[in-house]
Amino acid sequence: MSSPPQERTANPARSLLAKFDLTDMQSGVWLVLLAVMAVGWILAGPNFVGGGNLTNIAVRAVPLGIVAMGQTLVILGGSLDLSVAYLISVVAVLSAFVMDGDPANIPLAIAVGLAVGVGVGLVNGLLVTKGRANPLIATLGTGLVMKGLLSSRFAAQTGSAPREFQLLGYGRVWGFMPLSILLLLAVFAIAWWLTRGTRFGSHLYAVGGSKEIARLSGVRDDRVIIGAHVWCSLTAAMTGLFLVARLGAGAPWIGPDGIYDLESIAAVVVGGTALLGGRGGVPGTLAGALLLAVLDNMFNALQVDGFLKSVLRGVIIIAAVASYALRSKRKDVDIA
Amino acid sequence: MSDTTKPADEGRVPQRQQPAASRLDRFGGHALEHLKASAPILAVLIVIFAAIIYLNPAFLDPPVFLAFLRRAAPLMILAAGQVFVIVSGGFDLSVGSLITVTVVVAAAITEGDPDALIPVMMLVLLIGVLVGMVNGVVTTMLKVPSIITTLGMLLILRGAVFYWTGGSPTGALADNFRQFGREAFDLPVIGQLPYAAIIVIAVAWIATRLLHRTAFGHQLLATGGGARAAQLTGVNITRVRIIAFVLSALSAVIAGILLAGFAGVSAQVGQGYEFRAISAVVLGGAAIGGGRGSVVATVIGALTLEALFMLLNLLGLPQPLRESVQGVIIIGAVVYAGLRLQRSGG
Repeated sequence: MSSPPQERTANPARSLLAKFDLTDMQSGVWLVLLAVMAVGWILAGPNFVGGGNLTNIAVRAVPLGIVAMGQTLVILGGSLDLSVAYLISVVAVLSAFVMDGDPANIPLAIAVGLAVGVGVGLVNGLLVTKGRANPLIATLGTGLVMKGLLSSRFAAQTGSAPREFQLLGYGRVWGFMPLSILLLLAVFAIAWWLTRGTRFGSHLYAVGGSKEIARLSGVRDDRVIIGAHVWCSLTAAMTGLFLVARLGAGAPWIGPDGIYDLESIAAVVVGGTALLGGRGGVPGTLAGALLLAVLDNMFNALQVDGFLKSVLRGVIIIAAVASYALRSKRKDVDIA
Repeated sequence: MSDTTKPADEGRVPQRQQPAASRLDRFGGHALEHLKASAPILAVLIVIFAAIIYLNPAFLDPPVFLAFLRRAAPLMILAAGQVFVIVSGGFDLSVGSLITVTVVVAAAITEGDPDALIPVMMLVLLIGVLVGMVNGVVTTMLKVPSIITTLGMLLILRGAVFYWTGGSPTGALADNFRQFGREAFDLPVIGQLPYAAIIVIAVAWIATRLLHRTAFGHQLLATGGGARAAQLTGVNITRVRIIAFVLSALSAVIAGILLAGFAGVSAQVGQGYEFRAISAVVLGGAAIGGGRGSVVATVIGALTLEALFMLLNLLGLPQPLRESVQGVIIIGAVVYAGLRLQRSGG
């Protein structure tokens, strides 16, 4: 996982626009990740890069990493999803409620959670495409709707996850590999395949690069954007399910408390994907999510005050994005 | 953001009036222009007011209505600042936490000492200018998207407040600091005129002139409409954008001072205001992505949002569902705006 992504070999001819996203940023963020870990090693001692702590870091990156895999596709297409945090909560509460501690209900709970994800993704996608709504405002709106519905019904932890389901959060395979890391890798693999191995993926890059040009070359841009939104909401639903497995119950505050909306965008952007769409990819996002987890872990190891941590995070995110933006030296001045 | 389809003919840079027109004509022309921009949201506001009056006839009593205005004042001012950033093509998500900083810093420093009024006002305004400058410089010169810049600023300010206060701010605000959001002039006929109402009108008037009647405002609208084109016609887009962020930050400080008049000193006092301000701007019909917007319509949008909250309260809707309704309303507003643009040839 620590080796740079092998993008160079991934079908160069698949899309004209795919050429553009192999910039320094995508591999740069992996270098930054290594550098930060070196700093952690120096400041926090050799245990910081020991196997146990590396596993901790990776597990910590799982919930954010999964939803960031969805956010990446939406951002690549030039859209944005601010509703994921509340969707995570909704799915967590609903699925834990359905499960109610009975292993027999697990399939139904997963199905309900994913179905809610698809539904919310469709609404978001339709609002952004057919409704011509600005994605930031539209998904802020759907997020608020979910927030209100959620907090009018549930004030406390709801339902409970049976032991079998909690394995997803705590189980290990081959004696050392946490199942949760495999889950993240699986979602990553699907996202990579979606972006790099399918026609949908190349259309997504094309639409994100220029909607007009994509449309003129026959891409059905609305469908592509709707598809990206459905995938993003699906990943949010998966994060919700995963958090139920970790927590053993559905907590209505789990999504907003994790600031998954803004943190997932931060992971994507720190990972080198352009917020305006069309350039970037999921490998960078994986590094971005890991980077945020490493920083978190390092601050904890150094016993940095929790609130100072928030300050440092803000500074680091801005600095990371600024360094990419300055290095890429794009000519255009249109920065949203 | 993706929404790049703006019609070319949507009055980006409003035409100057002919110099021959008399002052009165010009005033009439401006008023008409603002009325036209505000017509849809004004209609919504009237419907909501009518519903409120139907449910609670006492709403029309001057004290009740003015108390409502006083509560709505911070959001109206905040929205009047936010619209500058939005017409320039950006977002300012840091305003809510800047409100908190204003209230918390003022309380911690004055500790109820009325003599500290002037220095503290200077200090919080200075903090505002500084925050706005940083937002603007990072966004324009370091080319960080404004949503990331101001989100980072939000994290920084929020973290700083908590770090500094340990989560529970201390100190107290002197009464002369609270007067702006709380006190009122005694007047005949209408009874009382809150300071807040006067401050709103003053801020709205200045903001309207700035955006619609000065070279800066026209350059800002042009920058939001198309930064490259504006730059080629000689607009210093970096400077106008930075100024927009400073104006937004200043509006947050003023809103914080007003809010301090009736809200308690807490680390959550400004929370959620950033999205409410953006909602108000959307309700006012400004184009997200830049190029078009009206201060008057935005301020009416903020008033509408507050009126809506009051109506939902009167209807006995549980507090949480209010947010759902706010969500539906802003979705409706952007879809309405988007489809209208499409029809007019977007």
